[in-house]
Amino acid sequence: MATFLQQLINGISQGSAYALIALGYTMVYGVLRLINFAHGDVYMFGAYMGFYLANNKWIQSNVGTSTAGAVVVMVGAMALSAGLGIVIERFAYRPGRSGARFTLAFWLGIVGAGIGHLVHPSLISLAIGALGGILVGVILEQTGLRPVRQNSRLSLLIIAIGVSLVLENGGQQVFGVDPKFFPQIISTTLWHVGELTIDSQKVIVLAVSILLMLLLNLFVKYTRTGKAMRAVSFNLDAARLMGINTDRIIALTFAIGSALAAAGGILVSLLYPKIDPLMGIMPGLKAFVAAVLGGIGNITGAMLGGLIVGMAEVMAVGYGQSTYRDAIAFIILILILLLKPAGIMGKGVVEKV
Amino acid sequence: MPKTMLELKIVSSSYGAIEALKGVSLRIEQGEIVTLIGANGAGKSTTLRSITGLVPPVSGDILFEGQRLNALPTHKIVALGISMAPEGRAIFANLTVAENLELGAYLQPDAAQNERQMDRVITLFPRLAERWRQQGGTLSGGEQQMLAIGRALMSRPRLLLLDEPSLGLAPLLVHTIFAAIDAINKEGTTILLVEQNANAALKHSHRAYVLETGSIVMEGPSQQLANDPRVREAYLGEK
Repeated sequence: MATFLQQLINGISQGSAYALIALGYTMVYGVLRLINFAHGDVYMFGAYMGFYLANNKWIQSNVGTSTAGAVVVMVGAMALSAGLGIVIERFAYRPGRSGARFTLAFWLGIVGAGIGHLVHPSLISLAIGALGGILVGVILEQTGLRPVRQNSRLSLLIIAIGVSLVLENGGQQVFGVDPKFFPQIISTTLWHVGELTIDSQKVIVLAVSILLMLLLNLFVKYTRTGKAMRAVSFNLDAARLMGINTDRIIALTFAIGSALAAAGGILVSLLYPKIDPLMGIMPGLKAFVAAVLGGIGNITGAMLGGLIVGMAEVMAVGYGQSTYRDAIAFIILILILLLKPAGIMGKGVVEKV
Repeated sequence: MPKTMLELKIVSSSYGAIEALKGVSLRIEQGEIVTLIGANGAGKSTTLRSITGLVPPVSGDILFEGQRLNALPTHKIVALGISMAPEGRAIFANLTVAENLELGAYLQPDAAQNERQMDRVITLFPRLAERWRQQGGTLSGGEQQMLAIGRALMSRPRLLLLDEPSLGLAPLLVHTIFAAIDAINKEGTTILLVEQNANAALKHSHRAYVLETGSIVMEGPSQQLANDPRVREAYLGEK
Protein backbone atom coordinates (compact mmCIF):
# COMPACT_ATOMS: atom_id res chain seq x y z
CA MET A 1 0.00 0.00 0.00
CA ALA A 2 2.78 2.39 0.92
CA THR A 3 4.54 1.66 -2.35
CA PHE A 4 1.32 2.26 -4.22
CA LEU A 5 0.78 5.64 -2.55
CA GLN A 6 4.40 6.49 -3.27
CA GLN A 7 3.90 5.65 -6.94
CA LEU A 8 0.66 7.62 -6.96
CA ILE A 9 2.51 10.74 -5.81
CA ASN A 10 5.20 10.19 -8.41
CA GLY A 11 2.61 9.63 -11.10
CA ILE A 12 0.60 12.73 -10.30
CA SER A 13 3.65 14.94 -10.32
CA GLN A 14 5.00 13.43 -13.57
CA GLY A 15 1.54 13.64 -15.09
CA SER A 16 1.01 17.28 -14.19
CA ALA A 17 4.22 18.14 -16.05
CA TYR A 18 2.96 16.28 -19.14
CA ALA A 19 -0.35 18.10 -18.75
CA LEU A 20 1.42 21.48 -18.94
CA ILE A 21 3.05 20.50 -22.23
CA ALA A 22 -0.13 18.89 -23.56
CA LEU A 23 -1.98 22.19 -23.06
CA GLY A 24 0.20 23.86 -25.70
CA TYR A 25 -0.55 21.15 -28.24
CA THR A 26 -4.24 21.26 -27.61
CA MET A 27 -4.55 25.07 -27.60
CA VAL A 28 -2.63 25.47 -30.84
CA TYR A 29 -4.64 22.66 -32.39
CA GLY A 30 -7.76 24.45 -31.22
CA VAL A 31 -7.03 27.66 -33.11
CA LEU A 32 -5.11 26.31 -36.12
CA ARG A 33 -6.07 22.62 -36.48
CA LEU A 34 -2.34 22.00 -36.53
CA ILE A 35 -0.16 19.70 -34.44
CA ASN A 36 2.79 21.90 -33.60
CA PHE A 37 5.48 19.23 -33.62
CA ALA A 38 8.05 21.81 -32.58
CA HIS A 39 6.30 22.13 -29.22
CA GLY A 40 8.51 19.55 -27.47
CA ASP A 41 11.52 21.59 -28.54
CA VAL A 42 10.03 24.71 -26.99
CA TYR A 43 9.90 22.70 -23.76
CA MET A 44 13.64 22.03 -24.19
CA PHE A 45 14.25 25.71 -24.93
CA GLY A 46 12.41 26.63 -21.74
CA ALA A 47 14.58 24.31 -19.66
CA TYR A 48 17.74 25.86 -21.16
CA MET A 49 16.48 29.38 -20.58
CA GLY A 50 15.87 28.38 -16.95
CA PHE A 51 19.37 26.93 -16.79
CA TYR A 52 21.02 30.13 -18.08
CA LEU A 53 18.89 32.41 -15.92
CA ALA A 54 19.63 30.33 -12.81
CA ASN A 55 23.35 30.53 -13.54
CA ASN A 56 23.24 34.23 -14.32
CA LYS A 57 25.54 36.13 -11.94
CA TRP A 58 23.34 39.21 -11.83
CA ILE A 59 20.22 37.26 -10.96
CA GLN A 60 22.12 35.24 -8.36
CA SER A 61 23.49 38.31 -6.66
CA ASN A 62 20.22 40.27 -6.75
CA VAL A 63 17.64 37.74 -5.76
CA GLY A 64 19.82 34.98 -4.40
CA THR A 65 18.87 31.36 -4.75
CA SER A 66 15.83 31.73 -2.55
CA THR A 67 12.22 31.27 -3.56
CA ALA A 68 12.24 34.72 -5.13
CA GLY A 69 15.15 33.60 -7.31
CA ALA A 70 13.29 30.49 -8.39
CA VAL A 71 10.25 32.57 -9.32
CA VAL A 72 12.41 34.95 -11.36
CA VAL A 73 14.01 32.00 -13.19
CA MET A 74 10.62 30.43 -13.85
CA VAL A 75 8.84 33.57 -15.02
CA GLY A 76 11.85 34.71 -17.05
CA ALA A 77 12.14 31.40 -18.88
CA MET A 78 8.40 31.38 -19.53
CA ALA A 79 8.55 34.88 -20.99
CA LEU A 80 11.52 34.06 -23.23
CA SER A 81 9.82 30.89 -24.45
CA ALA A 82 6.59 32.80 -25.10
CA GLY A 83 8.73 35.03 -27.31
CA LEU A 84 10.07 31.99 -29.14
CA GLY A 85 6.50 30.77 -29.66
CA ILE A 86 5.52 34.11 -31.19
CA VAL A 87 8.58 34.05 -33.47
CA ILE A 88 7.75 30.51 -34.64
CA GLU A 89 4.16 31.50 -35.38
CA ARG A 90 5.11 34.74 -37.09
CA PHE A 91 7.92 33.47 -39.29
CA ALA A 92 6.97 29.85 -39.98
CA TYR A 93 3.28 29.13 -39.58
CA ARG A 94 1.75 32.46 -40.55
CA PRO A 95 3.57 32.62 -43.91
CA GLY A 96 2.55 29.00 -44.38
CA ARG A 97 -1.08 29.76 -43.62
CA SER A 98 -1.29 32.75 -45.91
CA GLY A 99 0.53 30.89 -48.65
CA ALA A 100 3.46 33.31 -48.85
CA ARG A 101 5.83 32.44 -51.70
CA PHE A 102 8.71 30.06 -51.05
CA THR A 103 7.65 29.32 -47.46
CA LEU A 104 6.99 25.68 -48.25
CA ALA A 105 10.16 25.46 -50.37
CA PHE A 106 12.26 26.92 -47.56
CA TRP A 107 11.01 24.51 -44.90
CA LEU A 108 11.06 21.52 -47.26
CA GLY A 109 14.70 22.44 -47.87
CA ILE A 110 15.38 22.20 -44.15
CA VAL A 111 13.52 18.90 -43.84
CA GLY A 112 15.45 17.67 -46.90
CA ALA A 113 18.74 18.66 -45.27
CA GLY A 114 17.72 16.74 -42.16
CA ILE A 115 16.87 13.64 -44.18
CA GLY A 116 20.08 13.96 -46.17
CA HIS A 117 22.12 14.16 -43.00
CA LEU A 118 20.26 11.16 -41.59
CA VAL A 119 20.99 9.04 -44.66
CA HIS A 120 24.67 9.92 -44.64
CA PRO A 121 26.16 12.28 -42.06
CA SER A 122 28.21 14.52 -44.32
CA LEU A 123 27.95 18.08 -45.58
CA ILE A 124 27.48 16.91 -49.16
CA SER A 125 24.46 14.73 -48.51
CA LEU A 126 23.04 17.48 -46.30
CA ALA A 127 23.39 19.94 -49.19
CA ILE A 128 21.92 17.48 -51.68
CA GLY A 129 18.97 16.90 -49.35
CA ALA A 130 18.41 20.63 -48.90
CA LEU A 131 18.54 21.31 -52.64
CA GLY A 132 16.19 18.40 -53.31
CA GLY A 133 13.74 19.71 -50.72
CA ILE A 134 13.81 23.24 -52.13
CA LEU A 135 13.35 21.92 -55.66
CA VAL A 136 10.35 19.79 -54.69
CA GLY A 137 8.93 22.73 -52.72
CA VAL A 138 9.24 25.16 -55.63
CA ILE A 139 7.66 22.66 -58.03
CA LEU A 140 4.76 22.07 -55.64
CA GLU A 141 4.26 25.79 -55.14
CA GLN A 142 4.33 26.54 -58.85
CA THR A 143 2.01 23.75 -59.93
CA GLY A 144 -0.24 24.27 -56.93
CA LEU A 145 -1.25 20.60 -56.65
CA ARG A 146 -4.39 20.40 -54.59
CA PRO A 147 -3.19 18.22 -51.69
CA VAL A 148 -0.15 20.40 -51.11
CA ARG A 149 -1.57 23.86 -51.68
CA GLN A 150 0.50 26.33 -49.79
CA ASN A 151 -1.99 26.80 -47.01
CA SER A 152 -2.88 23.11 -46.76
CA ARG A 153 -2.49 21.15 -43.56
CA LEU A 154 0.15 18.98 -45.20
CA SER A 155 2.41 21.94 -45.89
CA LEU A 156 1.87 23.22 -42.32
CA LEU A 157 2.91 19.78 -41.07
CA ILE A 158 6.09 19.93 -43.17
CA ILE A 159 6.78 23.39 -41.74
CA ALA A 160 6.27 22.02 -38.21
CA ILE A 161 8.83 19.26 -38.79
CA GLY A 162 11.23 21.82 -40.29
CA VAL A 163 10.89 24.14 -37.28
CA SER A 164 11.50 21.20 -34.96
CA LEU A 165 14.69 20.27 -36.84
CA VAL A 166 15.90 23.87 -36.68
CA LEU A 167 15.34 24.05 -32.92
CA GLU A 168 16.97 20.70 -32.19
CA ASN A 169 20.03 21.26 -34.37
CA GLY A 170 20.22 24.94 -33.49
CA GLY A 171 20.05 23.89 -29.84
CA GLN A 172 22.98 21.53 -30.34
CA GLN A 173 25.00 24.34 -31.92
CA VAL A 174 24.14 27.04 -29.39
CA PHE A 175 23.76 25.09 -26.14
CA GLY A 176 26.29 22.35 -26.97
CA VAL A 177 25.67 18.66 -27.58
CA ASP A 178 26.72 17.53 -24.11
CA PRO A 179 24.09 17.38 -21.37
CA LYS A 180 24.08 20.08 -18.71
CA PHE A 181 22.93 19.83 -15.15
CA PHE A 182 20.03 21.96 -14.09
CA PRO A 183 20.87 23.75 -10.83
CA GLN A 184 18.77 23.15 -7.74
CA ILE A 185 16.86 26.41 -7.71
CA ILE A 186 14.83 25.23 -4.74
CA SER A 187 16.35 23.09 -2.05
CA THR A 188 14.90 19.66 -1.44
CA THR A 189 13.28 18.60 1.80
CA LEU A 190 12.14 15.07 2.43
CA TRP A 191 9.01 14.66 4.49
CA HIS A 192 8.31 11.36 6.16
CA VAL A 193 4.65 10.60 6.60
CA GLY A 194 4.32 7.15 8.07
CA GLU A 195 6.05 4.84 5.62
CA LEU A 196 5.84 7.44 2.84
CA THR A 197 8.67 9.67 1.76
CA ILE A 198 7.46 12.84 0.11
CA ASP A 199 9.96 14.85 -1.88
CA SER A 200 9.26 18.60 -1.65
CA GLN A 201 10.27 19.02 -5.31
CA LYS A 202 7.41 16.78 -6.38
CA VAL A 203 4.98 18.80 -4.31
CA ILE A 204 6.28 21.98 -5.93
CA VAL A 205 5.89 20.49 -9.42
CA LEU A 206 2.31 19.58 -8.61
CA ALA A 207 1.46 22.88 -6.93
CA VAL A 208 2.92 25.06 -9.68
CA SER A 209 1.22 22.97 -12.38
CA ILE A 210 -2.15 23.25 -10.69
CA LEU A 211 -1.69 26.99 -10.18
CA LEU A 212 -0.82 27.56 -13.85
CA MET A 213 -3.72 25.43 -15.08
CA LEU A 214 -6.09 27.27 -12.77
CA LEU A 215 -4.88 30.63 -14.07
CA LEU A 216 -5.26 29.41 -17.65
CA ASN A 217 -8.80 28.26 -16.99
CA LEU A 218 -9.77 31.59 -15.41
CA PHE A 219 -8.19 33.45 -18.31
CA VAL A 220 -9.93 31.43 -21.01
CA LYS A 221 -13.27 31.46 -19.23
CA TYR A 222 -13.65 35.00 -18.00
CA THR A 223 -11.47 37.48 -19.88
CA ARG A 224 -12.44 39.18 -23.11
CA THR A 225 -9.32 37.82 -24.83
CA GLY A 226 -9.98 34.34 -23.45
CA LYS A 227 -13.47 34.40 -24.89
CA ALA A 228 -12.04 35.57 -28.21
CA MET A 229 -9.67 32.60 -28.04
CA ARG A 230 -12.57 30.20 -27.56
CA ALA A 231 -14.40 31.87 -30.43
CA VAL A 232 -11.38 31.49 -32.72
CA SER A 233 -11.02 27.84 -31.84
CA PHE A 234 -14.70 27.21 -32.46
CA ASN A 235 -15.06 28.98 -35.80
CA LEU A 236 -12.31 31.11 -37.32
CA ASP A 237 -14.49 32.96 -39.83
CA ALA A 238 -17.24 33.69 -37.32
CA ALA A 239 -14.59 35.04 -34.93
CA ARG A 240 -13.30 37.35 -37.68
CA LEU A 241 -16.84 38.63 -38.19
CA MET A 242 -16.95 39.66 -34.52
CA GLY A 243 -14.06 42.01 -35.29
CA ILE A 244 -11.49 39.77 -33.60
CA ASN A 245 -7.97 40.14 -34.97
CA THR A 246 -7.52 36.40 -35.33
CA ASP A 247 -3.82 36.60 -36.21
CA ARG A 248 -3.16 38.27 -32.88
CA ILE A 249 -5.18 35.69 -30.97
CA ILE A 250 -3.30 32.89 -32.73
CA ALA A 251 0.06 34.47 -31.85
CA LEU A 252 -1.09 34.83 -28.26
CA THR A 253 -2.11 31.18 -28.19
CA PHE A 254 1.39 30.19 -29.26
CA ALA A 255 2.85 32.48 -26.60
CA ILE A 256 0.75 30.97 -23.79
CA GLY A 257 1.31 27.39 -24.95
CA SER A 258 5.06 27.99 -25.17
CA ALA A 259 5.21 29.60 -21.73
CA LEU A 260 3.41 26.58 -20.24
CA ALA A 261 5.81 24.21 -22.02
CA ALA A 262 8.74 26.17 -20.57
CA ALA A 263 7.23 25.87 -17.11
CA GLY A 264 6.94 22.14 -17.72
CA GLY A 265 10.58 22.02 -18.84
CA ILE A 266 11.80 23.69 -15.66
CA LEU A 267 9.58 21.63 -13.37
CA VAL A 268 10.71 18.35 -14.91
CA SER A 269 14.31 19.57 -14.65
CA LEU A 270 13.78 19.96 -10.90
CA LEU A 271 13.07 16.23 -10.75
CA TYR A 272 15.49 15.06 -13.45
CA PRO A 273 18.21 17.70 -13.69
CA LYS A 274 19.96 16.39 -16.80
CA ILE A 275 19.11 18.58 -19.78
CA ASP A 276 20.20 18.27 -23.41
CA PRO A 277 19.06 19.72 -26.75
CA LEU A 278 17.12 16.59 -27.71
CA MET A 279 15.38 16.25 -24.36
CA GLY A 280 12.11 17.62 -25.76
CA ILE A 281 11.45 14.83 -28.24
CA MET A 282 10.15 12.13 -25.91
CA PRO A 283 8.15 14.32 -23.46
CA GLY A 284 6.82 16.16 -26.53
CA LEU A 285 5.51 12.95 -28.04
CA LYS A 286 4.07 11.79 -24.72
CA ALA A 287 2.33 15.10 -24.16
CA PHE A 288 0.96 14.85 -27.68
CA VAL A 289 -0.47 11.45 -26.74
CA ALA A 290 -1.91 13.05 -23.61
CA ALA A 291 -3.60 15.76 -25.70
CA VAL A 292 -5.08 13.17 -28.09
CA LEU A 293 -6.18 11.00 -25.17
CA GLY A 294 -8.00 13.90 -23.54
CA GLY A 295 -9.56 14.99 -26.82
CA ILE A 296 -7.42 17.29 -28.92
CA GLY A 297 -8.56 20.91 -28.74
CA ASN A 298 -10.04 20.41 -25.28
CA ILE A 299 -8.18 22.15 -22.43
CA THR A 300 -9.62 20.09 -19.58
CA GLY A 301 -9.02 16.98 -21.64
CA ALA A 302 -5.34 17.82 -22.02
CA MET A 303 -4.95 18.13 -18.24
CA LEU A 304 -6.71 14.82 -17.68
CA GLY A 305 -4.76 13.12 -20.47
CA GLY A 306 -1.47 14.34 -19.03
CA LEU A 307 -2.29 12.91 -15.63
CA ILE A 308 -3.33 9.56 -17.10
CA VAL A 309 -0.22 9.22 -19.25
CA GLY A 310 2.08 10.22 -16.39
CA MET A 311 0.34 7.89 -13.99
CA ALA A 312 0.35 4.97 -16.45
CA GLU A 313 4.03 5.49 -17.09
CA VAL A 314 5.01 5.55 -13.42
CA MET A 315 2.82 2.54 -12.63
CA ALA A 316 4.26 0.60 -15.58
CA VAL A 317 7.75 1.24 -14.26
CA GLY A 318 6.78 0.51 -10.67
CA TYR A 319 4.82 -2.67 -11.20
CA GLY A 320 5.84 -3.88 -14.63
CA GLN A 321 8.97 -3.62 -16.68
CA SER A 322 10.91 -0.37 -16.47
CA THR A 323 11.91 -0.94 -20.10
CA TYR A 324 8.30 -0.19 -21.04
CA ARG A 325 8.65 3.31 -19.63
CA ASP A 326 8.62 5.01 -23.04
CA ALA A 327 6.38 2.47 -24.74
CA ILE A 328 3.40 2.91 -22.44
CA ALA A 329 2.38 6.28 -23.94
CA PHE A 330 2.29 4.79 -27.41
CA ILE A 331 0.28 1.80 -26.25
CA ILE A 332 -2.22 4.33 -24.89
CA LEU A 333 -2.19 6.16 -28.23
CA ILE A 334 -2.94 2.97 -30.15
CA LEU A 335 -5.73 2.05 -27.73
CA ILE A 336 -7.39 5.45 -27.84
CA LEU A 337 -7.22 5.58 -31.63
CA LEU A 338 -8.85 2.16 -31.80
CA LEU A 339 -11.48 2.70 -29.12
CA LYS A 340 -12.38 6.40 -29.01
CA PRO A 341 -10.48 8.42 -31.61
CA ALA A 342 -12.08 11.70 -30.51
CA GLY A 343 -10.53 11.30 -27.03
CA ILE A 344 -12.08 11.21 -23.59
CA MET A 345 -13.50 14.74 -23.56
CA GLY A 346 -13.54 15.25 -27.32
CA LYS A 347 -16.67 15.38 -29.38
CA GLY A 348 -16.92 13.57 -32.67
CA VAL A 349 -16.26 15.93 -35.52
CA VAL A 350 -19.13 16.30 -37.94
CA GLU A 351 -17.80 16.95 -41.40
CA LYS A 352 -19.78 19.69 -43.12
CA VAL A 353 -20.81 18.98 -46.67
CA MET B 1 -30.62 62.24 -53.65
CA PRO B 2 -29.96 59.17 -51.49
CA LYS B 3 -26.44 58.51 -50.31
CA THR B 4 -24.65 55.40 -51.61
CA MET B 5 -23.53 53.22 -48.73
CA LEU B 6 -21.97 50.24 -50.45
CA GLU B 7 -20.88 49.84 -54.03
CA LEU B 8 -19.41 46.82 -55.80
CA LYS B 9 -17.71 47.56 -59.13
CA ILE B 10 -17.04 44.56 -61.40
CA VAL B 11 -15.98 42.38 -58.47
CA SER B 12 -14.57 38.92 -59.17
CA SER B 13 -13.77 36.37 -56.48
CA SER B 14 -12.58 32.81 -56.60
CA TYR B 15 -11.92 29.80 -54.41
CA GLY B 16 -8.62 28.50 -55.77
CA ALA B 17 -9.22 27.86 -59.47
CA ILE B 18 -13.02 28.12 -59.23
CA GLU B 19 -14.34 31.55 -60.15
CA ALA B 20 -17.41 32.18 -57.98
CA LEU B 21 -18.08 35.84 -58.88
CA LYS B 22 -17.60 37.09 -62.41
CA GLY B 23 -17.66 40.86 -62.40
CA VAL B 24 -20.53 41.62 -60.02
CA SER B 25 -21.63 45.27 -59.78
CA LEU B 26 -24.25 46.47 -57.35
CA ARG B 27 -25.03 49.38 -55.07
CA ILE B 28 -26.91 49.88 -51.84
CA GLU B 29 -28.29 53.26 -50.81
CA GLN B 30 -28.45 54.32 -47.21
CA GLY B 31 -31.59 53.09 -45.46
CA GLU B 32 -32.49 50.44 -48.01
CA ILE B 33 -33.15 46.74 -47.74
CA VAL B 34 -31.59 45.23 -50.84
CA THR B 35 -31.98 41.55 -51.55
CA LEU B 36 -29.85 39.25 -53.58
CA ILE B 37 -31.69 36.20 -54.87
CA GLY B 38 -30.49 33.27 -56.93
CA ALA B 39 -30.10 29.52 -57.03
CA ASN B 40 -27.67 27.50 -54.92
CA GLY B 41 -24.11 28.14 -56.02
CA ALA B 42 -24.98 31.35 -57.85
CA GLY B 43 -22.50 33.29 -55.73
CA LYS B 44 -24.82 34.93 -53.18
CA SER B 45 -22.81 33.92 -50.13
CA THR B 46 -19.55 34.63 -51.92
CA THR B 47 -20.75 38.19 -52.54
CA LEU B 48 -21.25 38.69 -48.80
CA ARG B 49 -17.96 36.94 -47.96
CA SER B 50 -16.14 39.20 -50.41
CA ILE B 51 -17.63 42.33 -48.85
CA THR B 52 -16.48 41.24 -45.37
CA GLY B 53 -13.06 40.19 -46.59
CA LEU B 54 -13.46 36.50 -45.75
CA VAL B 55 -12.88 35.83 -49.45
CA PRO B 56 -10.79 38.76 -50.66
CA PRO B 57 -11.81 39.68 -54.22
CA VAL B 58 -9.40 38.99 -57.05
CA SER B 59 -10.34 42.12 -59.00
CA GLY B 60 -12.78 45.02 -58.95
CA ASP B 61 -13.56 47.49 -56.20
CA ILE B 62 -15.68 47.28 -53.07
CA LEU B 63 -16.45 50.72 -51.67
CA PHE B 64 -18.11 51.38 -48.32
CA GLU B 65 -19.04 55.04 -47.94
CA GLY B 66 -16.33 55.77 -50.47
CA GLN B 67 -13.60 53.77 -48.72
CA ARG B 68 -12.05 50.83 -50.55
CA LEU B 69 -12.43 47.58 -48.60
CA ASN B 70 -10.57 45.16 -50.88
CA ALA B 71 -7.24 44.98 -49.07
CA LEU B 72 -8.60 45.26 -45.52
CA PRO B 73 -8.69 42.31 -43.11
CA THR B 74 -12.16 41.32 -41.84
CA HIS B 75 -11.74 42.80 -38.35
CA LYS B 76 -11.00 46.23 -39.82
CA ILE B 77 -14.02 46.01 -42.12
CA VAL B 78 -16.21 45.19 -39.11
CA ALA B 79 -14.72 48.18 -37.30
CA LEU B 80 -15.92 50.44 -40.15
CA GLY B 81 -19.54 49.54 -39.39
CA ILE B 82 -20.35 46.41 -41.40
CA SER B 83 -21.67 43.34 -39.67
CA MET B 84 -22.77 39.94 -40.91
CA ALA B 85 -24.92 37.05 -39.72
CA PRO B 86 -23.30 34.27 -41.73
CA GLU B 87 -24.85 31.32 -43.50
CA GLY B 88 -25.53 28.43 -41.13
CA ARG B 89 -25.65 30.98 -38.25
CA ALA B 90 -22.15 30.03 -36.99
CA ILE B 91 -23.17 30.41 -33.35
CA PHE B 92 -20.38 29.76 -30.86
CA ALA B 93 -21.95 26.56 -29.56
CA ASN B 94 -19.60 26.30 -26.58
CA LEU B 95 -20.41 29.83 -25.37
CA THR B 96 -23.58 31.00 -23.66
CA VAL B 97 -26.15 33.22 -25.34
CA ALA B 98 -24.87 36.14 -23.26
CA GLU B 99 -21.25 35.44 -24.22
CA ASN B 100 -22.19 35.19 -27.90
CA LEU B 101 -23.77 38.65 -27.70
CA GLU B 102 -20.78 40.02 -25.76
CA LEU B 103 -18.45 38.84 -28.53
CA GLY B 104 -20.64 40.64 -31.03
CA ALA B 105 -19.65 43.85 -29.24
CA TYR B 106 -15.96 42.83 -29.17
CA LEU B 107 -14.81 46.11 -30.73
CA GLN B 108 -17.17 48.33 -28.73
CA PRO B 109 -15.44 49.60 -25.59
CA ASP B 110 -18.41 51.46 -24.09
CA ALA B 111 -19.97 49.05 -21.57
CA ALA B 112 -23.06 51.20 -20.92
CA GLN B 113 -23.69 51.53 -24.63
CA ASN B 114 -23.34 47.75 -25.07
CA GLU B 115 -25.78 47.19 -22.24
CA ARG B 116 -28.35 49.36 -24.03
CA GLN B 117 -27.74 47.57 -27.32
CA MET B 118 -28.23 44.24 -25.58
CA ASP B 119 -31.60 45.48 -24.31
CA ARG B 120 -32.52 46.43 -27.85
CA VAL B 121 -31.64 42.94 -29.09
CA ILE B 122 -33.76 41.39 -26.33
CA THR B 123 -36.68 43.64 -27.20
CA LEU B 124 -36.35 42.42 -30.77
CA PHE B 125 -36.00 38.74 -29.78
CA PRO B 126 -37.49 38.24 -26.27
CA ARG B 127 -36.81 34.50 -26.62
CA LEU B 128 -33.08 35.12 -26.19
CA ALA B 129 -33.62 36.43 -22.67
CA GLU B 130 -35.17 33.08 -21.69
CA ARG B 131 -32.09 31.27 -22.96
CA TRP B 132 -29.59 33.76 -21.48
CA ARG B 133 -27.24 31.35 -19.63
CA GLN B 134 -27.72 28.45 -22.01
CA GLN B 135 -24.95 27.33 -24.36
CA GLY B 136 -25.48 28.47 -27.93
CA GLY B 137 -25.37 24.89 -29.19
CA THR B 138 -28.46 23.92 -27.21
CA LEU B 139 -30.70 26.46 -28.98
CA SER B 140 -33.22 25.53 -31.65
CA GLY B 141 -32.59 26.55 -35.25
CA GLY B 142 -34.88 29.58 -34.99
CA GLU B 143 -33.35 30.71 -31.72
CA GLN B 144 -29.87 30.32 -33.19
CA GLN B 145 -30.90 32.54 -36.09
CA MET B 146 -32.20 35.17 -33.65
CA LEU B 147 -28.91 34.95 -31.79
CA ALA B 148 -26.91 35.25 -35.01
CA ILE B 149 -28.78 38.41 -36.01
CA GLY B 150 -28.67 39.77 -32.45
CA ARG B 151 -24.93 39.13 -32.24
CA ALA B 152 -24.39 40.92 -35.55
CA LEU B 153 -26.38 43.90 -34.23
CA MET B 154 -24.21 44.20 -31.09
CA SER B 155 -21.52 46.09 -32.98
CA ARG B 156 -24.18 48.68 -33.90
CA PRO B 157 -23.53 48.31 -37.64
CA ARG B 158 -24.64 50.79 -40.26
CA LEU B 159 -24.76 47.99 -42.83
CA LEU B 160 -26.05 44.56 -41.86
CA LEU B 161 -25.44 41.57 -44.12
CA LEU B 162 -27.79 38.62 -43.66
CA ASP B 163 -27.01 35.29 -45.30
CA GLU B 164 -30.06 33.04 -45.70
CA PRO B 165 -31.71 34.00 -42.40
CA SER B 166 -34.84 31.93 -43.12
CA LEU B 167 -33.03 28.75 -44.15
CA GLY B 168 -34.53 25.63 -42.57
CA LEU B 169 -37.03 27.51 -40.39
CA ALA B 170 -40.72 26.75 -39.88
CA PRO B 171 -43.10 29.24 -41.59
CA LEU B 172 -44.05 30.93 -38.32
CA LEU B 173 -40.39 31.56 -37.46
CA VAL B 174 -39.69 32.79 -40.99
CA HIS B 175 -42.38 35.36 -40.35
CA THR B 176 -40.76 36.37 -37.01
CA ILE B 177 -37.35 36.77 -38.63
CA PHE B 178 -38.64 38.90 -41.50
CA ALA B 179 -40.62 41.06 -39.10
CA ALA B 180 -37.40 41.61 -37.17
CA ILE B 181 -35.57 42.51 -40.39
CA ASP B 182 -38.18 45.17 -41.11
CA ALA B 183 -37.90 46.51 -37.57
CA ILE B 184 -34.09 46.70 -37.71
CA ASN B 185 -34.31 48.58 -40.98
CA LYS B 186 -36.88 51.03 -39.60
CA GLU B 187 -34.45 51.88 -36.81
CA GLY B 188 -32.00 53.03 -39.46
CA THR B 189 -29.81 50.07 -40.36
CA THR B 190 -29.19 49.43 -44.03
CA ILE B 191 -29.54 45.75 -44.94
CA LEU B 192 -28.23 43.49 -47.66
CA LEU B 193 -30.26 40.30 -47.57
CA VAL B 194 -29.30 37.08 -49.31
CA GLU B 195 -32.17 34.63 -49.64
CA GLN B 196 -33.31 31.48 -51.38
CA ASN B 197 -36.83 32.28 -50.19
CA ALA B 198 -37.32 34.75 -53.03
CA ASN B 199 -40.99 35.26 -52.27
CA ALA B 200 -40.45 36.63 -48.77
CA ALA B 201 -37.24 38.42 -49.71
CA LEU B 202 -38.92 40.37 -52.52
CA LYS B 203 -41.83 41.23 -50.24
CA HIS B 204 -39.56 42.64 -47.53
CA SER B 205 -37.05 44.59 -49.62
CA HIS B 206 -36.88 47.78 -51.62
CA ARG B 207 -34.70 46.64 -54.47
CA ALA B 208 -33.39 43.30 -55.67
CA TYR B 209 -30.63 41.76 -57.73
CA VAL B 210 -30.80 38.33 -59.35
CA LEU B 211 -27.55 36.40 -59.43
CA GLU B 212 -26.89 33.52 -61.83
CA THR B 213 -23.59 31.61 -61.92
CA GLY B 214 -21.59 34.51 -60.60
CA SER B 215 -23.16 37.33 -62.62
CA ILE B 216 -26.01 39.77 -62.04
CA VAL B 217 -28.67 39.01 -64.64
CA MET B 218 -31.51 41.25 -63.46
CA GLU B 219 -32.06 44.15 -61.11
CA GLY B 220 -34.80 46.55 -60.15
CA PRO B 221 -37.37 47.49 -57.52
CA SER B 222 -38.45 44.35 -55.67
CA GLN B 223 -42.10 44.73 -56.53
CA GLN B 224 -41.28 45.00 -60.20
CA LEU B 225 -39.09 41.88 -60.11
CA ALA B 226 -41.78 39.99 -58.23
CA ASN B 227 -44.09 40.57 -61.17
CA ASP B 228 -41.51 39.72 -63.82
CA PRO B 229 -42.50 36.49 -65.62
CA ARG B 230 -38.91 35.21 -65.76
CA VAL B 231 -38.43 35.72 -62.02
CA ARG B 232 -41.81 34.18 -61.31
CA GLU B 233 -40.91 31.08 -63.27
CA ALA B 234 -37.33 30.62 -62.09
CA TYR B 235 -37.53 31.73 -58.44
CA LEU B 236 -41.13 31.90 -57.34
CA GLY B 237 -42.03 28.43 -58.55
CA GLU B 238 -44.74 29.45 -61.01
CA LYS B 239 -45.23 28.16 -64.50
